[in-house]
Amino acid sequence: MYQFNYHRPATLDEAASLMAGADDGTYLSGGMTLIPTLKQRLAAPSDVIDLGGIGALSGITDNGNTISVGAMTRHAEVAASNAIPALAALAGQIGDAHVRNRGTIGGSIANSDPAADYPAAVVALDSTIHTTKRSIHGGEFFKGLFETALDEGEIITSVEFTKPTSAAYAKFPNPASRYAVVGVFVARCGDATCVGVTGAGPCAFRWSELEAELASGFSASAVPNAALDHSEFNADIHASAEFRGNLVRVMAERAIASLI
Amino acid sequence: MANETGIGAAVKRKEDARFITGAGRYTDDIGAHGQTYAVFARSPYARARLNGLDLAAAQATEGVVAVFTGADLQADGIGDLPCGWTVHSKDGEPMVVPAHPPIAVDKVNYVGEPYAVVIGESLEAAKNGAEALEADFEELPAVVDLASAASADQIHENVPNNQTYDWELGDKAATDAAFAEAHHISTLEIVNNRLIPNAIEPRAALGEYDAASGLYTLHTTSQNPHLERLVLAAFVQIAPEARLRVISPDVGGGFGSKIFVYAEETAVIWAAGKLRRPVKWRAERSESFLADAHGRDHVTKAQLALAEDGTFLGLRVKTLANMGAYLSTFASSVPTYLYGTLMAGQYKTPAIYVEVQSLFTNTAPVDAYRGAGRPEATYVVERIVETAAREMGIDPAELRRRNFIAPSDFPYETPVALTYDTGDYEASLAKALEHADYAGFGARKAASEAAGKKRGIGFSCYIEACGLAPSQVAISLGAGVGLFEVGEVRVDVTGSVTVVTGSHSHGQSHETTFAQIISDRLGVPFENVTVLHGDTGRSDYALGTYGSRSLAVGGSALIKATDKIIAKGKKIAAHMLEAEEEKVDFADGTFTVADSNQSLTFPEVAFAAYVPANYPLEELEPGLSEKAFYDPPNFTYPAGAHICEVEIDPATGVVDITSFVAVDDFGHVVNPMIVEGQVHGGLAQGIGQALLEHGVYDETGQLVSGSYMDYTMPRADDLPSFTVDTTVTPCTHNPLGVKGCGEAGAIGSTAAVMNAVTNALGVASVPMPATPETVWRAAQSA
Repeated sequence: MYQFNYHRPATLDEAASLMAGADDGTYLSGGMTLIPTLKQRLAAPSDVIDLGGIGALSGITDNGNTISVGAMTRHAEVAASNAIPALAALAGQIGDAHVRNRGTIGGSIANSDPAADYPAAVVALDSTIHTTKRSIHGGEFFKGLFETALDEGEIITSVEFTKPTSAAYAKFPNPASRYAVVGVFVARCGDATCVGVTGAGPCAFRWSELEAELASGFSASAVPNAALDHSEFNADIHASAEFRGNLVRVMAERAIASLI
Repeated sequence: MANETGIGAAVKRKEDARFITGAGRYTDDIGAHGQTYAVFARSPYARARLNGLDLAAAQATEGVVAVFTGADLQADGIGDLPCGWTVHSKDGEPMVVPAHPPIAVDKVNYVGEPYAVVIGESLEAAKNGAEALEADFEELPAVVDLASAASADQIHENVPNNQTYDWELGDKAATDAAFAEAHHISTLEIVNNRLIPNAIEPRAALGEYDAASGLYTLHTTSQNPHLERLVLAAFVQIAPEARLRVISPDVGGGFGSKIFVYAEETAVIWAAGKLRRPVKWRAERSESFLADAHGRDHVTKAQLALAEDGTFLGLRVKTLANMGAYLSTFASSVPTYLYGTLMAGQYKTPAIYVEVQSLFTNTAPVDAYRGAGRPEATYVVERIVETAAREMGIDPAELRRRNFIAPSDFPYETPVALTYDTGDYEASLAKALEHADYAGFGARKAASEAAGKKRGIGFSCYIEACGLAPSQVAISLGAGVGLFEVGEVRVDVTGSVTVVTGSHSHGQSHETTFAQIISDRLGVPFENVTVLHGDTGRSDYALGTYGSRSLAVGGSALIKATDKIIAKGKKIAAHMLEAEEEKVDFADGTFTVADSNQSLTFPEVAFAAYVPANYPLEELEPGLSEKAFYDPPNFTYPAGAHICEVEIDPATGVVDITSFVAVDDFGHVVNPMIVEGQVHGGLAQGIGQALLEHGVYDETGQLVSGSYMDYTMPRADDLPSFTVDTTVTPCTHNPLGVKGCGEAGAIGSTAAVMNAVTNALGVASVPMPATPETVWRAAQSA
């Protein structure tokens, strides 16, 4: 780890002014990616601004039709919540107990790791990312590999999810890291079904071809009929693009089947 | 009354309290006044010439104490890291050994090879200094693929075809003749995947030099501190043994990877002398992945010739073994004398011929890893036996039974240079079949099929040669050291006992097991026995811990020393009780005289030995402390039957181990709880190899599986609840009748898992590890 200035502001305004005043500052939320990166000397920020002291960023609020999850809410807290059971189940499958007690929803989605779990739910549920500057629809948030719609210095304050009629998340974990090789989040909202896929592409995406098939009948048997181009999918020593394509279908089938 | 803490008792470990509460004292916990920190600059290339190395910026970095290169070590007369076992090729020529300087001088041959060491006042300063080094590398094409390594670019100037040796064992003509008469020949081509050891404690070293006395002290994570000292003194030439003390304190696992003498501790102890300041180094996990010796990595073609009734007639094995970039300390022996010699397995195969070519590649050196050669041998034998059973339509358990060496055949001389002393292979298989409910397998398979799953069962009836080793046999085969062990039993004045053993404990629980032996033999309370180990300043020259040898060899040395204690105690007691020595008996901690009611307790005799008021000083030295060296007359031969049952999800390729049965014959067992724990750990590693672990280099020689993000360690939720049981045929040639249990789980289990996976899929072979994608692809083609 290189040396850096460490700050722990109590308010968002203070955080923003620290960032503005830093040569090359970075925000720290749960630190599940940043800390290992720093320890390997792969990043050399001048200032690390820890958002953990901003109490207003934590907690889950039930608004009736939606829930708001504060950006600094730990995965373990989401896993223990009950407003959207599929979201709680997803959070309960992230990493291990240590990660779930440190990692945050804001940190996870701001990083846009292609293998993170939350992005599948963010794109599948009707969601809104609230920031210090604006509100961004969940479908517009992820822009690519480790790329989001966030501007420089912009901080996520909360993520608001619309409660689905029913939903399920099926994950195929990487046997080593336990990140998602593939994760599929299926959300039914009245007659419509939304399918979010993580792990397979550069960032989470909606599988619109399957959503269209499901519109004419909610059944796992719709999956084989839905087109899916895996040629640009991620590939590594654990899964080729072709195998990821297979896993997207299998996880989708399993998520759908669990809702029938 | 049986001794409740003696031999056979499941005593809780003496070590547990300190390890569980974080009170262990490991090398990195030890600090010295004025300590500096070493950071190694490591090659980013698999193969490159080092055309220049500019040290100026590193030397000028704040807090940097010194920067040393390979040339500095050479200029100071520091020698190469040696390989301690000379293997000869078919033509009688000794193996070809490339130079192996601790720090690379003008070329690097694997990613992670050190090319400089930076010493700093702090770890931070040393790291900054290492980053400031300016190395001028000229990258060369890397040799990575083992199968084509013999015809690839030559890595070392003196090693044509990248081959260190082309070795053979067995009778080629007899084996060819057996194949000519065969009714059926099974052929199997298999790859034994590379593993990365991953002890929980990374390697570390603290070197100190005392200018006043000229003594060097090295604390390091070694399984065999005396061997470390011998190599550093005799080969590397740090200092004579008498001026070099090596201490291995608590060590968090080794699995073989801490047997070897590495560059890092060599540089650290040398630099401590050079700088006259203590130097500390501790590997980061990434360094462990790159620079610990890896394990396995074979490509093999095997053929088994059978008669019509399934009788084995002959076995042919041709193996390419990956040595990595250099010959590590015992690398040469692993795919030869610890591999080819095991090809008889549990069977009466009359003719066997094994050929092994060991080749260099631009990858981390490969050496012994839990089981060392014997898992690779078992994988070959048990996979091809299972294959033959399937091809011939004979039940795999029945085919094994037809070919087992029978209890009446012992001692049994194999065609590959070993003489098994005892065993009962049918007994362990029968017990395993019962535990596994083999009879109910068909019904379970049908139930799985109804649920869209594929179920399979696989066997592995393994044997291993442990208790390394009869010194003269090993030396005649090329070993550079004897393989006896030393043990010392020091009875204290008040009758408690301090034991000094040469067998280092880094997870094996010697502090408990050896205390049980002493408690049992001397009748001393278990808690009054303290076991010391891991310090060349404390014990005589010893050989350390590997090859499941501690109890069979180190324990036997302690028994010999204990016998001497009892013999002397009888003389003292006879004098004190005014009895004839022949009439003095010793049992349960009491000396008694036949036909009388006179007796003395063990502490009373011990006290008399040290306060010799009533003592025959003219005939007997005072004191009660004895030492013994034990050289085993033969190897020990633990064996057993492992049965694995799996259920496969064909849609995802996920293999679920639904049951795993291990029935092992370790001879007599001192502590059944510790033995069961050893078996569990071994099974986790063997199953890990079969399904999860894979050391992968890309075509440029970069380690792809270089962290826990990609290298899959087995975790509790990957493993079933094991069924572990034992059978007992006592070893015939050591005083405890023990065989060793440390490696069995890793040796036997891998083949059982792969036999179960291939059985479930109905395919001849699946590459190892059987990852989800691998299994999914096999399921598609089945």
